[in-house]
Amino acid sequence: MVDTIHLEISRYSPEKDAAPYFESFEVPFRKDWVILDALNYIKDKKDGSLTYRWSCRMGICGSCGMLVNGEPKLTCATFLADYAPAPVRVEPLRNFPVVRDLVIAMTDFMRKLQRMKPWLIRNEEKPLSEGEYLQTPEQLDVYKQYSMCINCMLCYAACPVYGLDPLFAGPAAIALAQRYNLDSRDEGAKDRFPVLSQHDAIWGCTFVGECTRVCPKHVDPAGAIQQYKLTAALDWFKSVLLPWGGK
Amino acid sequence: MKSASATPAYTLNHPRWYRKRVSTYWWLQRWEYLRFVLREVSSAFVAFFVVTTLAQLYALSRGPEAYAGFQQWLKNPFVIALNVVSFFFVVFHSITWFSLSARAMVVRIGGKRVPGALISSSNYAAWLVVSAVIAWFLLRG
Repeated sequence: MVDTIHLEISRYSPEKDAAPYFESFEVPFRKDWVILDALNYIKDKKDGSLTYRWSCRMGICGSCGMLVNGEPKLTCATFLADYAPAPVRVEPLRNFPVVRDLVIAMTDFMRKLQRMKPWLIRNEEKPLSEGEYLQTPEQLDVYKQYSMCINCMLCYAACPVYGLDPLFAGPAAIALAQRYNLDSRDEGAKDRFPVLSQHDAIWGCTFVGECTRVCPKHVDPAGAIQQYKLTAALDWFKSVLLPWGGK
Repeated sequence: MKSASATPAYTLNHPRWYRKRVSTYWWLQRWEYLRFVLREVSSAFVAFFVVTTLAQLYALSRGPEAYAGFQQWLKNPFVIALNVVSFFFVVFHSITWFSLSARAMVVRIGGKRVPGALISSSNYAAWLVVSAVIAWFLLRG
């Protein structure tokens, strides 16, 4: 029976290091421990300078995404037991600049997300006295899958297109744009169209499909992008073929 | 954004982020990436298949002699090898295409989304029917 396990953790201090390096830590092996528990153990008992993001430790906040043996994972939902007895390699998310140790800079993603206008857009807001915008369970069902996104950015770490072309809007931002486009209460699809139907948005995607595979919330961003390609292509055909256009 | 240099120069207001370059061989690092690149490359072979078929039809339209000449070209070992490779790529392309179509198409019947497996299996069924019709046409006499 193994009672300890080794973690190889990527360390990077911008004050001291020119490039990240790996540091090995031995932590107790417990069946009910996830990678994040091991990181917390190291920070408490071994090296207080270890830097990483985490908050809810239950797969909701989306802040503890890291590479575990090269695979983008939420460390709060990745058990040590699945890797024991071999050492586990923990690195910051791929395709993002590293700020320190396991912390990445997410500014780029936030900017791209904002460009998608991920909120309900109405042509005219109705007064509060008229109550809320109602929706049937079927209407909810159309976009619910995309609303599960927790902005953990694992899909960006898995996407080779984003790695090669930093201008690419990326999986989560496009999936979230679709989440609002498909919402029956939203009327902003036309506002999002010029942002979405760009080379560095949907047409940049080559459907590698890795974003969907690594998504911890089963959002299927790759599906969302392909579906929007279909929408955009149909829109184009309509505007070219029909004299009155697709508008 | 600054990238790493050999001599770190850290200042409080200009944090020195580390940016790792994507390797030229990124597509060899994971089987999933390699499969994707093979799928992209397969389109060249699909194009070859299409051009060969069109050339064959053109030769056929020009009479028996032209067609015999075309068949002679097909018997070239290099062309046979290319056709064998193309065949595997075209099959690979079709299979991956069918499995992707299920994800790109949302079909709703009675408010419920039709499961992806049903969409890809209907693609396979259509493929089988078309193949059977062609086989019947070629083999009937």
